[in-house]
Amino acid sequence: MSTPILSAHSLVKHFNAGGFGAARKVVRAVDDVSFELAPGETLGVVGESGCGKSTTARLLVQLLKPDSGSVRYEGKVVGPELPLKAFRSKVQMVFQDSFASLNPRMTMIDAVAFGPTVHGVSQSDAIRKAQDLLDRVGLDPARFGGRYAHELSGGQRQRVNIARALAFDPQVIVLDEAVSALDKSVEAQVLNLLMDLRRERGLTYVFISHDLNVVRHISDRVMVMYLGEVAEIGPAESLYGAPCHPYTEALLAAMPSLDPDQRTMEAPLAGDPPNPIDPPSGCRFHTRCARAFGPCSTQIPPSYTVGRSHVAACHLNSVKEHVA
Amino acid sequence: MPDTAANITELAKIERSHGYWRSVWTRFLRDKVAVCAGLVAAGLVLMAIFAPWIAPADPLDGSMIKRLSPIGTEGYPLGADELGRDMLSRLIYGARLSLFMGVVPVLIAFAIGSAIGIAAGYLGGWVNTITMRTLDVLYAFPSVLLAIAISGALGAGILNGLLSLTVVFIPPIARVAESVTTSVRKLEYIEAAQASGASSFQIVRQHVLGNVLGPIFVYATSLISVSMILAAGLSFLGLGVSPPNAEWGLMLNTLRNAIYVQPWLAALPGVMIFLTSISFNMLSDGLRSAMDVKQ
Repeated sequence: MSTPILSAHSLVKHFNAGGFGAARKVVRAVDDVSFELAPGETLGVVGESGCGKSTTARLLVQLLKPDSGSVRYEGKVVGPELPLKAFRSKVQMVFQDSFASLNPRMTMIDAVAFGPTVHGVSQSDAIRKAQDLLDRVGLDPARFGGRYAHELSGGQRQRVNIARALAFDPQVIVLDEAVSALDKSVEAQVLNLLMDLRRERGLTYVFISHDLNVVRHISDRVMVMYLGEVAEIGPAESLYGAPCHPYTEALLAAMPSLDPDQRTMEAPLAGDPPNPIDPPSGCRFHTRCARAFGPCSTQIPPSYTVGRSHVAACHLNSVKEHVA
Repeated sequence: MPDTAANITELAKIERSHGYWRSVWTRFLRDKVAVCAGLVAAGLVLMAIFAPWIAPADPLDGSMIKRLSPIGTEGYPLGADELGRDMLSRLIYGARLSLFMGVVPVLIAFAIGSAIGIAAGYLGGWVNTITMRTLDVLYAFPSVLLAIAISGALGAGILNGLLSLTVVFIPPIARVAESVTTSVRKLEYIEAAQASGASSFQIVRQHVLGNVLGPIFVYATSLISVSMILAAGLSFLGLGVSPPNAEWGLMLNTLRNAIYVQPWLAALPGVMIFLTSISFNMLSDGLRSAMDVKQ
């Protein structure tokens, strides 16, 4: 892989959950997460609610400061080596809640034009650019430019949010559940728009979703997260075809199928994930894993390379390697 | 191409008027009670402004033989007070000082309190803690007591009364400003603005202010009646406006001795205070519900 365009290095983020001194409790939202993004690729991120997907996204775009670890853009550490403001125009984000992510008192054209003006583009140029971008995402600027967020549908609002992110001419866009709240038909349109834009502008996406079908459709590589850690990361085809972590297997087994013969008969994964304030010892998944054995409850599984750029953090792989 | 751009800016301008404030206005007009309250409040303000033209007599001109004339005496439609001054004229002129003491401290406190509250709410963290806990110390005093204490220390007079009322209203307005700002700050459009690389000042100016000033202002409107009553209380205690000026609280004070002789006369300033405070309160209630955008 050439120089990654964006990379995360051992990102850690703990949130305070009350208490002082020794009794202080922390939510381990993201614990030692590292990955790299090649220019032009799309990395899908999946996992249950509360597994740290959104926190990872916010760390990646520097909306949150990591407790430790760093984010690098084209190999340069953001902050000391690359000024934050320069980084901002390179890496943008689209949020899940299309309504909350638009200022209710701003017209759509102003919302899109705001970003460039922050970076020194003149008001009239920014407006012109915003018009072009609204047009590009499929909204007639004459009809929608002067409207407010509550006058648009969810799909239209999310198109505006995409236009706003594009207004910076970014290289990377982090999409945090960006299509999850949309109707299926609208979701498909927005996904197609995202794929067209990716091709046109050579964009790199981090695509966070809980919808495994959508992630498979759009991603080159997929990262599976569990309780703030990376369980498995690898090319979409090999990860979906031959998962090497029981958690990935369970997620894939839980995917709804349209084929009645493939009906999911029993829940592959029972219960809620454990409390991230007090995660299980050893492998964090061992409490819910059907195939847990000896070392799982005591030893933290290392990252096993199980294929070409395919890595899984599960002790079972040591056994497989042993056998092979 | 440039003329299309011009068309679009033109259109954006037209569309803008159909925006938020217009829908607030439509919803406000549907609320009959609030509209009535608004009319009464507007009437009171006009009455204060045009007092010299409306008032039938000089509010300071007394007549010893007409002292405590009952309501309906010829030439004295609302009677005369304990010094024989025309009650109607005094009530009309009284609106000037009373409304002034009701509105001005709230406006000053609105400006200062919002600035403090928005800064604390947006910056958060220890700045927020220190600012808000400091204000809580002031907030812990009952407002009447605090106003009396400050006025008492500074001495009687309109300006000192104004100052003490302003100090009383800064903490509650700052608190509301802080809580509204804190809730807005967590929204994703603020995060998006932060991700754009805009400075805190730019974000507050362009994204925060427009969304928090409305609710804070509505809250401040509801304080106008409180301010009027507190000002009346200060005058009643001899700390605010001094005689012979016409001010409703002061009039209530000087007429209290006449309550057994002319109870209806003595109650008139109280009626005015009641009318003003209830109309401002209902107006602010109406504004609050009109501004409540439920999607």
